[in-house]
Amino acid sequence: MARVTVETVDHVAALARLSLTDDERRLFARQLDEILAYAESIRALDTADVPPMAHALTAGAFREDVPREGLARDRVLDGAPDAAAGLFRVPRVIGA
Amino acid sequence: MSPLTELTAVEIRRRVAARELSCQEVVRAHLDRVQAVEPRLDAFLLGLADRALGRARALDTALASGEPAPALAGVPVAVKDVLDMEGVPTTCGSRILEGYRPPFTATAVARLEAAGAIVIGKTNMDEFAMGSSTENSAFKTTKNPWDPGRVPGGSSGGSAAAVAARMVPLALGSDTGGSIRQPAALCGVVGLKPTYGRVSRYGLVAFASSLDQVGPLARTVEDAAVVSSVLCGHDPLDSTSAAAPVPDFTAALRGEVAGIRIGVPGDFLREGVEAETLARVRGALAVLEESGVRLVDVSMPHWRHAIATYYLVATAEASSNLARYDGVRYGRRAEESRELRRMYGESRDHGFGAEVKRRIILGTFVLSSGYYDAYYLCAQKVRTLIRRDFERALETCDAVATPTSPTPAFRIGEKTADPLQMYLADVFTVPANLAGIPAISLPCGLSGGLPVGLQLLGRPFDEATLLRLGAAFQRSTRHHELAPPL
Repeated sequence: MARVTVETVDHVAALARLSLTDDERRLFARQLDEILAYAESIRALDTADVPPMAHALTAGAFREDVPREGLARDRVLDGAPDAAAGLFRVPRVIGA
Repeated sequence: MSPLTELTAVEIRRRVAARELSCQEVVRAHLDRVQAVEPRLDAFLLGLADRALGRARALDTALASGEPAPALAGVPVAVKDVLDMEGVPTTCGSRILEGYRPPFTATAVARLEAAGAIVIGKTNMDEFAMGSSTENSAFKTTKNPWDPGRVPGGSSGGSAAAVAARMVPLALGSDTGGSIRQPAALCGVVGLKPTYGRVSRYGLVAFASSLDQVGPLARTVEDAAVVSSVLCGHDPLDSTSAAAPVPDFTAALRGEVAGIRIGVPGDFLREGVEAETLARVRGALAVLEESGVRLVDVSMPHWRHAIATYYLVATAEASSNLARYDGVRYGRRAEESRELRRMYGESRDHGFGAEVKRRIILGTFVLSSGYYDAYYLCAQKVRTLIRRDFERALETCDAVATPTSPTPAFRIGEKTADPLQMYLADVFTVPANLAGIPAISLPCGLSGGLPVGLQLLGRPFDEATLLRLGAAFQRSTRHHELAPPL
């Protein structure tokens, strides 16, 4: 089985855009290792011919594509931590 | 006369419709009750007293001018803080949503309000509905009204405590792995998780989209049926909302239960269930048997794998859903960050609590390159096996019975250091979400002075049979009339 180390947690935290403290990194490595060890039982089942189930409903997701009014832009921007000129503003991306 | 806070939703609506009671009197009585007991329970994150009294006044005026009383006229309700109400803060029990006021209202809340229900507040919950005790709330831990040293269950623990403590007759919750049924059981109230797709998820903050479902908590099955008739139905704003016709659930309550078959997975129940809890559940099944219900053995061979399956599927979906909290569009931003990637990481690290981070890490891991097939895909396949167990079982019976929770309410702090122990508390509730089927929890007595819940699980879109069985049970017993010693 996969063993979760602090390095695994660092890799996954970077993928998930989470900056963790040292305490969190060590704690999560230990706890996730335990949880995955528990989850090991399902990997022993014979599932070769079993289709995966992503969802409980299989029909009804489609509708006509009809244009309609969306939320007004200023109402959406009202909730932003920082906005200007009708846009979300974020810290510098290039040349930071 | 019993105080107004003891009335059921059906009785409140009847008296309001007959003009024996005003909506304002009803709302004031419940707000007074909140003032009296809330300091000891911490069930609410936000009170909406002025808004509620304003709505009550408007409804009184409408009724006085001869307008007909809708199905929930004047009924005070509490809404789990995972459902959006336009202009009212939604926190989801998290600091990352600080300052967020949604520009829209959840369909479930809109339907309640259109039916004359009056929202008096938003209830506490585990952060992003991740937990079984409300201890993961960023703001406070709700106390169990039966014993303030114990948890109310979770994640809809605030809603369950509010209903049990007579602060409201009805509340909304959401259930991804038992978050309506388990707190309902631990607080001694009725909790219904409808079939996946029955109730619109529009305006419900997403945790695991293939599992999440909105549903009611109430003190009587009749109230649960009335509110279900209001909540259920197709919504074009939710692409997973089902088009299935919604029956009159209150009509279903009056039907016979003689001949209905309940399957009992006997083998499974021998493992890890507290003895008194099992005795209460067996006693409840004996009561139903006296009403003519037939008990049959069923086998659920894959149930023992449900917790592992659930915690792989749910965390994978959560890691994807919670990617949206990035400090850009709403909620909290780590202000000191001068560069975009650092801003994402720091906003999320400061904004999320430990359990949410743990689940994001686990979910991201099981979806990551090299582990996807071994964990996520495997869990999706076992999910199929669990659903097939139900399909097979529900060919030979009309409902399956289990305890809702393997134990009554545990002590505050008892399981916080060991996430896996906390997850195992969900052993009986997660299978319904994986299979997408409806399930109800009914109060069925006490163990050591704490409530025990009987869970009944049914066929997809057959909430009516569960409600019918529940109503028959409540006609034969008085467990649902027990009030916590507050």
